[in-house]
Amino acid sequence: MLEIRFHGRGGQGAVTASEFLARAAFEEGNDVQSFPMYGVERRGAPVTAFTRIDSKAVRNKAQIHEPDVVIVMDMALLDAVDVTAGLKPDGKVILNTGKAPGEMDLGVDNAIYTVDASSIAVQHRLGSKVAPIVNTAILGAVVRATEMVNIETLVDVVRENAPAKKEENAKATKQAYEEVRGEDIE
Amino acid sequence: MSEMKIVSGNFAAAYGAKLSRVEVVAAYPITPQTEVVEKIAELVSEGEMDSEYIKVESEHSAMAACIAASNAGARAYTASSAHGLALMHELLIWASGARLPVVMTNINRAMGPPWSVWADHHDTLAQKGTGQLQFFCENNQEVLDSVIMAYKICEDEEIMLPAMVVEDAFILSHTKEPVEIYDQELVDEFLPSYDPDYKLDVDQPLGFGSLGMPDWYMDFRYKIAEAMEKAPEKIKKVNKEFEEVFGRDPGGLIEEYKTDGVDVLIVTMGSISSTSKDVIDELREEGHNIGLARLRTFRPFPVEEFRKLTKGVNVVGVMDRSYTFGHGGDAAREIKDALYGHRDVILKDYIVGLGGRDLTPKILKNVMLDAISLQDKGLDKEIEWVDLKINQERWRR
Repeated sequence: MLEIRFHGRGGQGAVTASEFLARAAFEEGNDVQSFPMYGVERRGAPVTAFTRIDSKAVRNKAQIHEPDVVIVMDMALLDAVDVTAGLKPDGKVILNTGKAPGEMDLGVDNAIYTVDASSIAVQHRLGSKVAPIVNTAILGAVVRATEMVNIETLVDVVRENAPAKKEENAKATKQAYEEVRGEDIE
Repeated sequence: MSEMKIVSGNFAAAYGAKLSRVEVVAAYPITPQTEVVEKIAELVSEGEMDSEYIKVESEHSAMAACIAASNAGARAYTASSAHGLALMHELLIWASGARLPVVMTNINRAMGPPWSVWADHHDTLAQKGTGQLQFFCENNQEVLDSVIMAYKICEDEEIMLPAMVVEDAFILSHTKEPVEIYDQELVDEFLPSYDPDYKLDVDQPLGFGSLGMPDWYMDFRYKIAEAMEKAPEKIKKVNKEFEEVFGRDPGGLIEEYKTDGVDVLIVTMGSISSTSKDVIDELREEGHNIGLARLRTFRPFPVEEFRKLTKGVNVVGVMDRSYTFGHGGDAAREIKDALYGHRDVILKDYIVGLGGRDLTPKILKNVMLDAISLQDKGLDKEIEWVDLKINQERWRR
């Protein structure tokens, strides 16, 4: 079982990201579950979303408290939310930042990956410059860092399910897949 | 062709209504309403669903419109939640009294104050005496399946009662998982169109909703009680037919999960049943003789089934996601009632997860271990509130 937790802000597309990842894993024959943690939703508020992926039936319907992967879509959340809470010792963190992984200090020993998903989203005109929709970009980085599904499967899912700008979203996913940085990525 | 889609419990309910060829949908769209009726509105506007969609000014009016439609011989559907359902209360009783097979989906949410939109069974169980059949779903597939099945059960001439298909807020309603959306022809084969013996018809005028004088009223109530008594067998029969057509067993009255010859029987309702199955497997691997009964049909209450299931059982641990003030958890009370004079068994009521408090495998395991421990130490208390702020350390360790 792979358990993934997304941290974003209302409007960034964290809930949709958790769903697209689930769809891609389902396409590859897994059972999946995708759900948000609902509070009082409003644009800009912290949002948490989850994905579970397993080759067996996913029966656990609790929230994810000990994730294998944590994704942070807005770096300002680091001051507001304990994003690494419960992260497994061999768990991975994917951050939306232009900085290198070595420059990041989250106070944990976990592997860190970085990608400038905001810039990629802006390049492909996804959202606005001040509020880019980074979900499809960051997913490309997640898949490169974790290899949980094939990038081709994910790109197809993004293209098919993006509510608008299908090609642009698919390109953002691919570009982030290429540009993500981490210790084990050349 | 049937198709696997990744959909929320809300969408699963909407597709269930669509596949049931519901003819009239009446709904009030404001919170605590969910996307169920939003999705149906979309399906109707895009011409994918051939229904009359009536926007009303309250949940009370939504059920009133469904009652009128059903009286006119149309298959009617609505959805609501929590305070919306409470507002509907009067009409829920009317629908059963008028013997109208209206089916609705309720998203189980806590009642305020404090204001809440999260999972809790109190809203549905506060309506347990209204003459509705009540089906608690464990996953999104079952939500879709149960809407279709409910029409078949309720429209049977021996039943003719309304039903509520219920699902836990967010945990099912807003969670996406794979659901098989059946081929329409397959559903048509299973569920014939609704054609009641008596309906509003200008060519054949009949009176509906008339006065019931004291020399008649009681007999009408008795007929409803009689229909409810027949419902368990009907539910089992329709469940079997459903399995034959769709290859899936939604669970009938009670789903028995590894219950053969167990010493400890855990009873759950709704979405925690799914998580609990993982925990049951873990405990059995550790050598505990424990099984799970998922109470799927709360009305009619499966009295006989509980008597059979508890034969030879030492402890029954019931998890209630509701609490009736002044008395206790709803399922535990009713199981005790069913077992009275039939079984001498330890029964403990665990109050869990009210207002959406998360029920992790760890907490569920601690509840089950507590139930197991009662075999040696005996019943310590009849009702235990689990994972309160004052006792969280015990249940989360």
